Amino acid sequence: MALTFDEDSAPTPPSLFAPRHRRLFIGRRGIVASAASSVVLLAVIFVIFWYAPGGPTVRYFFFNPHLMWQAFVGDPRKGLLSVGRGLVTNLWMFTLSEVLVLIFGLLIASVRLSQSPVLFPFRVLATMYTDVFRGVPVLLVMYMVGFGLPELSLGFLSNQSPAVYGCAVLTISYSAYVAEVYRAGVLSVPHGQLLAARSLGLTHTATMRRVILPQAVRTVIPPLLNDFVSLQKDTALVSVLGAIEATRAAQIYGDTVFNFSGYTVAAVLFLLITIPMTRFTDHLIARDRSRRLAGT
Amino acid sequence: MNDVVLELTGVVKRFDENEVLRGVSITLHRHEVVCLIGASGSGKSTLLRCANLLETIDAGTISFLGQSLQDPRIDADLVRHHIGMVFQSFNLFPHLSVLDNVLIGPVHSLKRRRTEAREEALALLDRIGLRERANDYPDRLSGGQQQRVAIARSLAMRPSLLLLDEVTSALDPTLVGEVLDLLTDLAHQGTTMLIATHEMNFARDVANQVVYLDSGVLVEQGSPEEIFDNPQHQSTRNFLQRVR
Repeated sequence: MALTFDEDSAPTPPSLFAPRHRRLFIGRRGIVASAASSVVLLAVIFVIFWYAPGGPTVRYFFFNPHLMWQAFVGDPRKGLLSVGRGLVTNLWMFTLSEVLVLIFGLLIASVRLSQSPVLFPFRVLATMYTDVFRGVPVLLVMYMVGFGLPELSLGFLSNQSPAVYGCAVLTISYSAYVAEVYRAGVLSVPHGQLLAARSLGLTHTATMRRVILPQAVRTVIPPLLNDFVSLQKDTALVSVLGAIEATRAAQIYGDTVFNFSGYTVAAVLFLLITIPMTRFTDHLIARDRSRRLAGT
Repeated sequence: MNDVVLELTGVVKRFDENEVLRGVSITLHRHEVVCLIGASGSGKSTLLRCANLLETIDAGTISFLGQSLQDPRIDADLVRHHIGMVFQSFNLFPHLSVLDNVLIGPVHSLKRRRTEAREEALALLDRIGLRERANDYPDRLSGGQQQRVAIARSLAMRPSLLLLDEVTSALDPTLVGEVLDLLTDLAHQGTTMLIATHEMNFARDVANQVVYLDSGVLVEQGSPEEIFDNPQHQSTRNFLQRVR
């Protein structure tokens, strides 16, 4: 009796209006609300930096437009290196490293995913490799390779430039990460795909090439690009070996004129490279997500 | 008798401690259809997977066209050229068009020329009524259409034996019919098939032999009439009672 629905007991319809303080976010007014909150937030940040007790000092030491420009273009007569030209070194270092990482990482991943008994010792080595280089900070590998290899006096291995050692270290470290990204991509392909391919008589290699890898690539690209953004920043670590790249040029500039504006320039330049990449990665992730949602 | 296609003798399969097949023996002749029935987990799928070497067996023998598959000189990939398999979840390759799904076996396993294999693949798609969908991707097809393509993909290898693993279990009830119709056609055309199924009416219609498995034990086998109308064992009777 008490559980039956009684039509007569609801004489007045319930109120379906949103409470007053939430009506702001309904419909078009949502855009106004988000614009207003953005303006307020920016204003607060600006006021804090501009009117802070040390504000003028920070602006002089970090954001001095004249010195920033000087740091960017350099001045050979005063022995000032160009941060902009230093960035060219970062550019070719990460381009070279990324190509090598793609190849070397795939090699490591295929060894780890192989099944042949002959490759057993290589599988163990590949596993140790990924464990070790994902665990050791890049900076330490940088010191060991950059200062250790030249000491060995091993012909051409020991007389390379710091930038070349830097590329080698970045390749060694990041290949370990990228190998795991590849491997996770392959393992993310449903097992039924493997069964279907093998039951059609495709060999292990043909299955990988025709069925698994084409599907793995789609899941692998976003995390791969993430690692690349990280690698691009880490080219700054090559400065500890003495390679004149953007960070190092900014450091030299700062030590000479006693102003940090060069660092700001370097930071902005790094952002100019990495932001398009991160935006592109997010775009790919969003596209893949909407595709998957549409698929179900 | 030289027309034995598949012969399982005392097949045992264990996953760790768990014995999934406990000495199963089945003989399958050319142009014959054998239906495996039994509850989920009774070992039907495992038996099919053992038959095309997706799983290795722990005891017993499986011979295919008179050759023991346990012979160490056997190349599993070559065996699978002659044994087709269709799965419950279709497992079409989502990155390939319908036509390329059908072509992948002939072209990349049998190494046939794409141009000549293509004609035959299109004829197969015609036969399953999906020729106009040749260039579509699998996600554009209904479940029933996908499963028909998966069957065509196996047939493109011109197998001597087709293994079907509960191929209608993942389908909407409205789509089951079109797939069973195709299988009935294949049976009438003399395709040799080993079919794990929960569709009892279908089994009764097309099977030459019905095999009832319970917890990895072959309890009973015989003609559809024998199994469905006059089961000898209590467990068979119980099972049939429950599925009706």
